[in-house]
Amino acid sequence: MARTLIVIPPNAKRGQVIEIRATIGHPMETGFRPGDDGKTLPRNIIQTFTCEYNGELIFSADMYSAVSANPYLAFFTTATESGTLVLHWEGDNGFTQTETVRITVTA
Amino acid sequence: MHRALTYRLLPTRRHVLASAAGIAASIVIQPASAAAGDLEVAIANYTGRAQVREGRVHLEIAQLVDNGNVVPITLTADSPMTAADHVKTFALFNEKNPQRDVVRFAMGPRAGKASITTRIRLASTQRLVAVAQMNDGSYWSHTVDVIVTVVACVEGEA
Repeated sequence: MARTLIVIPPNAKRGQVIEIRATIGHPMETGFRPGDDGKTLPRNIIQTFTCEYNGELIFSADMYSAVSANPYLAFFTTATESGTLVLHWEGDNGFTQTETVRITVTA
Repeated sequence: MHRALTYRLLPTRRHVLASAAGIAASIVIQPASAAAGDLEVAIANYTGRAQVREGRVHLEIAQLVDNGNVVPITLTADSPMTAADHVKTFALFNEKNPQRDVVRFAMGPRAGKASITTRIRLASTQRLVAVAQMNDGSYWSHTVDVIVTVVACVEGEA
């Protein structure tokens, strides 16, 4: 399990635009860098990120080697109803991680 | 006899200059044009060869980048993000990294605001092109030239 740092406001008003910030600890090895033995280190990156709000996909990202280590993403969504936000990362060598965050939306 | 042989083996000054110019031209021109062509092909693959217009999308990045390993960028679009008019996808391309693709994002009218921030790697001083696809199928771009002082990849640092 990689360490994650997720910032989502726990409470929001309906219709409010909220920011979601997420970082995950990952080397994002490019596959172009030589190692100590001179051979190219195999690629090991996170390829996709998705965010679902109560089961509906609201944001996704396709990442390539040019994304920095410990990928950071900040994006926006409109608070519609109370529920859960599911953040999911998927990458090389079968890497997957899912984090769930609760949000309370008041009228 | 000996003299004739020397003449035939040694290239004349004219030959030397001509071939030197040829080598210099191939070194200078080929990589630059090949890279630029790559970039256009990558963008065409994303847009499906649709027309890409300048404007409506903005790539925010420091003009002078100190560290190419971690370069903060923000992609924004001039869009109300309503069901009738919103950004569907964003894509970012570069000119001189080993790969042309940097990152792609997909979103919808629920985003409320067309703005995404992330951190990328840059292998050298180069040009970046951000492209946004609107829900009406139009594509908009913003091109930025950045100077990178410490580049990613070379030092072996992640």
